[in-house]
Amino acid sequence: MSLLEIHNLKKSFDGLEVLRDISLQVNQGQVLGIIGPSGSGKSTLLRCATGLETPDAGEIRYEGTFGLVFQNFNLFPHYSVMKNITDAPIKVQKRPKEEVYAESRALLAKMGLSDKENAYPYQLSGGQQQRISIARALAMNPDILFFDEPTSALDPELTGEILKVIRDLAAEHMTMVIVTHEMNFARNVADHIIFMDKGVIAEQGTPEEVFGSSNERMKEFLGKFGENA
Amino acid sequence: MEFSVMIGLLLEGTGITALIFFVTLALSLPVGMLVCFGRMSKNILVRSVFKFYISVMRGTPLVLQLMVFYFGPFYLFGMQLSDTWKQMAWILGFSLNYAAYFAEIYRGGIESMPQGQYEAAKILGYSKSQTFMRIILPQVIKRVMPSVTNEAITLVKDTSLAFTITIAELFTQAKALASREANMIPYALAALIYYVFCLLVAFIMERVEKKMSYYR
Repeated sequence: MSLLEIHNLKKSFDGLEVLRDISLQVNQGQVLGIIGPSGSGKSTLLRCATGLETPDAGEIRYEGTFGLVFQNFNLFPHYSVMKNITDAPIKVQKRPKEEVYAESRALLAKMGLSDKENAYPYQLSGGQQQRISIARALAMNPDILFFDEPTSALDPELTGEILKVIRDLAAEHMTMVIVTHEMNFARNVADHIIFMDKGVIAEQGTPEEVFGSSNERMKEFLGKFGENA
Repeated sequence: MEFSVMIGLLLEGTGITALIFFVTLALSLPVGMLVCFGRMSKNILVRSVFKFYISVMRGTPLVLQLMVFYFGPFYLFGMQLSDTWKQMAWILGFSLNYAAYFAEIYRGGIESMPQGQYEAAKILGYSKSQTFMRIILPQVIKRVMPSVTNEAITLVKDTSLAFTITIAELFTQAKALASREANMIPYALAALIYYVFCLLVAFIMERVEKKMSYYR
């Protein structure tokens, strides 16, 4: 079953075409990796898909709800860890407090941050903050979870903990769309990869197909990462 | 004149000064928020009106504004100046003037908020008013606190401008006493009272700021 369908998406900023004609589909349980050079439009695609940008043309159709994990976490600094996670389920979804708290504690445990319940974001490392923001997104029980370069703002030694969390979620068949610069990670965790270049999908398929592609742009791009297929 | 009588009169004046201070804050802090919304309105007409209002309030002396509020109705409409109107005049003059400054302080605070806070709130489904009340405003209050403290301390001293419309506040009393006694002692005492008042305001605001320092 497809949870998200995007048809012929177009977006320009000041006459610069960032997305030229993007169509894609996300199926239930699928992990879609979106890779490509900076400026290729992958973040704009994600922002259009999540409603943070309004596309100029095209159609976006959802079955269900979605969450988004930001590159810079965007936690609410004046809320404790627990309140960051529980506030929206309680105040927006109007779910019962006890239920939300129980679920949120379970999520914190899963993130390995049970002892941080009462901490404030500034007291946490980047990796911990990002795990909290993942928990915050999951607490809304989204059908799809988007990640916008979730490790790009982290020190290299902290990216591992985030990638592990995402890998665990994939093992639980969470439907995810991940924009990432981590090529090895994309290859390992995604079951479908989209390679974007200059606002179009230049290549897509299984990781084997995409990373083994003879597409010149793809090869050049992978070359910059010092990788071979 | 007995020293104790002098002190009594000065303290009476201090009471009026404190009244002007608290009434002005109580009105201009919330009104400033409304002016700020007007100033940030998407509607160009609304925005221009509030921008003009702020520029007039900041671009002309408060003393002059007090005079206009007090004597304006007499010169414009021939209205009889009453004591009630005098009270009205200082309330309007001080509050509308300070609201303009607070509006600009709030605007600075709101515009300094990272876009990511709005985006996170939007993705989580917060309504516009929830986003403002729950996410943005609490952080803005913390950010503008030092500037608000500054204005509050300026206000302590600005209350003395009420002497121009013959309000019997501290400075008016000191001036009258000084000319009657023909010495500087009332002024010195008034200065001391203003100074202690400002110290108190600074102390309380520092406590408030400390209360909000549980996050960064």
